[in-house]
Amino acid sequence: MTDLTTLEAETYQKPRNQWWDVWDQFKTHKGALIGAAFFIFVLIFVFLGPIFWTLDAQYIDIRARSQGPSWAHPMGTDQLGRDTLSRIMVGGQTSLLVGLTAMLLALIVGTLVGVLAGYFKRLDGILMRLTDLFLALPLLPLLLVIIMLFRDTLRAQFGPEKGIFILIVFVIGITSWMQTARIVRGDVLALKEREFVLAARSIGTPPYRMITRHVLPNVLSPIMVSATLGIANAIITESALSFLGLGFPSDFPTWGRLLFDGTDWLQRNPERVIWPGLAISLTVLSVNYIGDGLRDALDPRIRGR
Amino acid sequence: MKLRHLMLGAAAAFALAPVAAMAERGSDGQLNIIYWQAPSTLNPYLSGGTKEVESASLVLESMARFDSDGNLVPFMAEDIPTVENGGVAEDLTSITWTLREGLLWSDGTAVTANDAVFTWQYCTHPEGGCAQASYFDGVESVEALDDRTVRVNFAAPKPFPYTAFVGSESPIIQAAQFADCLGAAAPECTEANFGPIGTGPFVVEEFRPNDVITFVANENYRNPDQPAFARVVFKGGGDAASAARSVLETGEFDYAWNLQIDPTLLAEMESNGIGTVVTAFGTSVERLHLNQFNPDPALGDARSTAEGGPHPFLTNPIIGQAMSMAIDRALLVEIGYGAGGQPTCNVLPAPALYASTANDGCLTQDIAGANALLDEAGIVDSDGDGVREYEGIPLRVLYQTSTNAVRQDTQALIKQWWAEIGIDAELRNIDASVFFGGDPASPDTFQKFYADIEMYTNNFAGVDPEAYMANWRCNEIPGPDTQWQGSNIQRFCSEEYDALVTEMSQTAPLEERGRLAREMNDMLMQSYSIIPLIHRGGVSAHANSLGGVRMSDWDSELWNIAEWYRIDE
Repeated sequence: MTDLTTLEAETYQKPRNQWWDVWDQFKTHKGALIGAAFFIFVLIFVFLGPIFWTLDAQYIDIRARSQGPSWAHPMGTDQLGRDTLSRIMVGGQTSLLVGLTAMLLALIVGTLVGVLAGYFKRLDGILMRLTDLFLALPLLPLLLVIIMLFRDTLRAQFGPEKGIFILIVFVIGITSWMQTARIVRGDVLALKEREFVLAARSIGTPPYRMITRHVLPNVLSPIMVSATLGIANAIITESALSFLGLGFPSDFPTWGRLLFDGTDWLQRNPERVIWPGLAISLTVLSVNYIGDGLRDALDPRIRGR
Repeated sequence: MKLRHLMLGAAAAFALAPVAAMAERGSDGQLNIIYWQAPSTLNPYLSGGTKEVESASLVLESMARFDSDGNLVPFMAEDIPTVENGGVAEDLTSITWTLREGLLWSDGTAVTANDAVFTWQYCTHPEGGCAQASYFDGVESVEALDDRTVRVNFAAPKPFPYTAFVGSESPIIQAAQFADCLGAAAPECTEANFGPIGTGPFVVEEFRPNDVITFVANENYRNPDQPAFARVVFKGGGDAASAARSVLETGEFDYAWNLQIDPTLLAEMESNGIGTVVTAFGTSVERLHLNQFNPDPALGDARSTAEGGPHPFLTNPIIGQAMSMAIDRALLVEIGYGAGGQPTCNVLPAPALYASTANDGCLTQDIAGANALLDEAGIVDSDGDGVREYEGIPLRVLYQTSTNAVRQDTQALIKQWWAEIGIDAELRNIDASVFFGGDPASPDTFQKFYADIEMYTNNFAGVDPEAYMANWRCNEIPGPDTQWQGSNIQRFCSEEYDALVTEMSQTAPLEERGRLAREMNDMLMQSYSIIPLIHRGGVSAHANSLGGVRMSDWDSELWNIAEWYRIDE
């Protein structure tokens, strides 16, 4: 009984120490630090910004259309006189939420499939063929079919915006987990042959414990990296969907839609493309840097050097 | 600029045209035209696309064409047959055309009445899918009375007989060339379809499908001084904005077609002073259709059909009227159409004879009036959420259209105005190829109309509205039993209206027909199942050095290309 308590206390202690190590290592990566700071800034900007900048993103003020930057509209207005700054904020909320949630979904599915396929030999064939199947699916027709089949049901259930949000997150998540699954499976296969796994197995550790205690922490770094790449990918896919008219309603701003709407005005009002374009590319870049830093920080072999 | 002059000179020399005074055939060198959709054939009977019909109109002609005001101008015919001059039978069952004397095909052979008879046989062949078959609707037979006289017999009295062989969509083709191309063989006659022999001012020199066509002047054209241009290069492909640039900014081309781009951008390009934007108004109207049937997704396959029942609130004309009053049409024109649009309150805005003036009150926006109207009718917001309720049902609508920047701007504006009168709109836009694709398996076509309100443009060809107004008969309602074919998109149904349609088909005097058409238009407008927004015109641009352009929206834009010439700079 006493043994067990000390052991438990130790295991609780250890991860905390480990995360401090990770943080120490992460701090040494300048790009990652700047990236993280910028990402937090973007989060604050889009989620808390509207509290201070109270102009309605959808309000049309036709007298103020196609204006350049001014005190009333720091980023100018679009061809219907809607304020670009508030549209960037509201658009960013949707784009980031879609990115984060879709990434999370893809990550969970990808990791689950990858670990199961790598760890259990019997499942490997089936799951990997399933992954191949998903990789071979043409994305666009699949999206069309899914949206056609479920749009009206979800719309009735959750309302137009939430319904489309769920649909888009699901669609992006379900079509971008395959890479994660393959990477994770590869790493798990290699891990399985290592001595400490053999040792754990020889003392009778059940598979569930084995996976959570020994395998998952060791494949964390590729998962983290694919997660950061996944956010970027999801933001871009959402933009593409909006471009095709399959995404949110046309008056509902997202970064992708703002960019798309601005392209016709490239010559006259270049800032209409520059702002959402900068927002997308800087966010994606910062997330990639965070991923880079995390990979280094999570790898015990690099840590401390 | 210099390069262009050199090229023009070279082109003129190549055509061996005597470079001399103006108004001589081929003296003005080369004409460059850009259509940003490329023609795939030059036989208008095998494709109903505007691009094919208009490119073929340089070569193939018909008895008569419509000018820029919608008047008939004789082309292959000597004059326009009417009841007065005896060309149209008293009982309206036949029309007799006389060909011009000495009319030659471009290969030098004579045009005879048999060519017209053959054209009719070609298009009405039961095995051939003729794209222009509607021009021969009601035609019982076509006979050659002698070498120059053709009589078209109708099965029933035809008050407006100028359909067959009139306009660039039903030209006369050469019997000798197409003799082996009847019925199922029609699409296989590549040589004939890509290089038809015609009587028009130009002859096909080379046709590259979906790319470029080069034409040279027709040596046998009936007017010895025309055409002024020796060659025409007809380029296809690209998009509207780049086509506009090539005429208005860079001057590579002399004429560009269908420039549906933001008016601010177009005006900016025009201000370069190289070219001019021209518009022509026909019958196109951008309109809202208010679904008279219930599109509730819960109804499944029965939605938007008679089986699904009437719409819970859009069948009430007061709501439609308030929606119409809340719209500022002049602003919509300013934002999205510029010179290419005019506010309208009629679904039938032209020709002048048929245009009603009874609904012009809608031209001024009246949000306060719309609110008062709804309040009076007891349609008020009873639960305080900013949306009015009609018999307990909140006025929330799904408003769909095709994907196009101008249409999305219009949607956003209208949504805001409706919000001010307590009607909540959800916007949806659908890719144009799906929306107008007509695939009966897709839920997103404009015919299925699985939404409360939809917006698009429609028009009719020619100048007679009889067939167009017949679109809103009860039996034209699209549904599963007709594979969703039918033109009564908003599902309007009224016995009185159907009676007027029948009456019009039996009425000959123009005045009387005008009255009937106006009456039908007003009946539709007052049902508020259609809310017209904008009378749209065709928008094209031509170089300032190109003279003689008289754009027509009633016929091919290039209908008078024989008269075009180069203005000396």
